[in-house]
Amino acid sequence: MERASASLWRKIRSRYNLVGNECQNCNTPYFPQRVVCRKCGRNSKMVEKQFSGNGEIYSFTTVRVPPDTFKDEAPYFIGVIRLEEGPMVEGHVIDNGIAPKIGTKVRMQFRKMYVDGQEGLIYYSFKFEPL
Amino acid sequence: MAGIVGYGAYVPIYRIKVEDIAKVWSEDAESIKKGLNIREKSVPGRDEDAATIAVEAARRAIQHADLEGTDMGAVYVGSESHPYAVKPTATVVAQAIEAGSRLMAADLEFACKAGTAGIQMVMGLVDSKMIKYGMAIGSDTSQGRPGDALEYTASAGGAAFILGGEKKDMIANITHTVSYTSDTPDFWRREGASFPSHGGRFTGEPGYFRHITGATKLLFEQTGFKPSDFDYAVFHQPNGKFPINVAAQLGFEMRQIEPGLMTPIIGNTYSGASMIGLASTLDVARPGQRIMVTSFGSGAGSDSFAIEVTENIDAKRDRIEPVREMVSKHKTYVDYSVYLKNRGSITKT
Ligand SMILES: [Zn+2]
Repeated sequence: MERASASLWRKIRSRYNLVGNECQNCNTPYFPQRVVCRKCGRNSKMVEKQFSGNGEIYSFTTVRVPPDTFKDEAPYFIGVIRLEEGPMVEGHVIDNGIAPKIGTKVRMQFRKMYVDGQEGLIYYSFKFEPL
Repeated sequence: MAGIVGYGAYVPIYRIKVEDIAKVWSEDAESIKKGLNIREKSVPGRDEDAATIAVEAARRAIQHADLEGTDMGAVYVGSESHPYAVKPTATVVAQAIEAGSRLMAADLEFACKAGTAGIQMVMGLVDSKMIKYGMAIGSDTSQGRPGDALEYTASAGGAAFILGGEKKDMIANITHTVSYTSDTPDFWRREGASFPSHGGRFTGEPGYFRHITGATKLLFEQTGFKPSDFDYAVFHQPNGKFPINVAAQLGFEMRQIEPGLMTPIIGNTYSGASMIGLASTLDVARPGQRIMVTSFGSGAGSDSFAIEVTENIDAKRDRIEPVREMVSKHKTYVDYSVYLKNRGSITKT
């Protein structure tokens, strides 16, 4: 559990706020963050970037046989979202009564990701809400 | 004095109708709807809690104020359903709005008035120039014991208010505030208990009505205002009936409380209730108009505010979705079994 909370803590900014980065040399945005730009290599100039959370569904799937962590959530949707700034992000798609389709516009919402039993931590993250 | 620079509200999209709860307990939906003046209530998603609701409200408030998270000098979150017994909700919210670490933060609890107590605390910090801007949030996912009368009203939602001291960015000036407080055993929840208990006859007259009228009359006494000086009034709304009755007792008219009366369509959002009511009233208020707000928290106490809307309100109007539009546009109904699943009462084995 100690290891889990340390890794949670390192990822908190990207999980809470879609904080990735961008190469200022060629303006390519990345999520999750990359140390070096794929195009510019050693000429990369990486700076932090917070994404808006708006995007559209690039592809999605319905999870019916979930990992143990999400057993009470199934069935639920996992989508690959193309953010309006460009990067592709995998994330949960909220069931709000609007059936997800390829191309459905989404926006980021702040939700619980999972709860570690009765006594452990609560993990929060972005999820995507179909509009 | 300090004023409101921005605000935002969030109500989960799920709703359950009074009929669907009444059916389970073989009760008469029509008489409950009439008696409590409530049609349906909001239900949080399985993945929502007081922290996620607070974050959604806070992000909208930041957008409305057109500020950055780092502009906040304080974040206070009032709730009676903080996700952790020990570990603040305020730090989750601060992180989620990227407020940075140079920040005062704490969680507050005072039943349904913890959020307005937060407004008073931030006002003090702003007026004493210890901070430039601060945020006070009221957010809850309240629960009623299955079969209890509270089950028809206990709902989920929240609102965030950003306060500042400079006239140029205030949309409304808080001209006066007072509180009325006493030790009253009307409603409580012990550590570890899932559901609150209430003191039956203590919940109405000696709790809600005594404290709301106590604080409101004190505000009148100290300011010289009378009900007709206000264009709008917002009261805590544990159901749809109490605020109408207390408004009448104090000499307010129905048209003054109507814009802020949200409980009939979303239920009692506890710490969120009077603040969502104020947000919904600000959505329609025009420059120069006056709003009176009196919250109530069991245990018990009331905070009362006199607020004057400034000319800046119109310029910020279109930045966020109005509360009534959000509530009517983004909703999907659940039945009693999904409601139980969302609350975590039933799980897969
Ligand atoms: Zn590059």
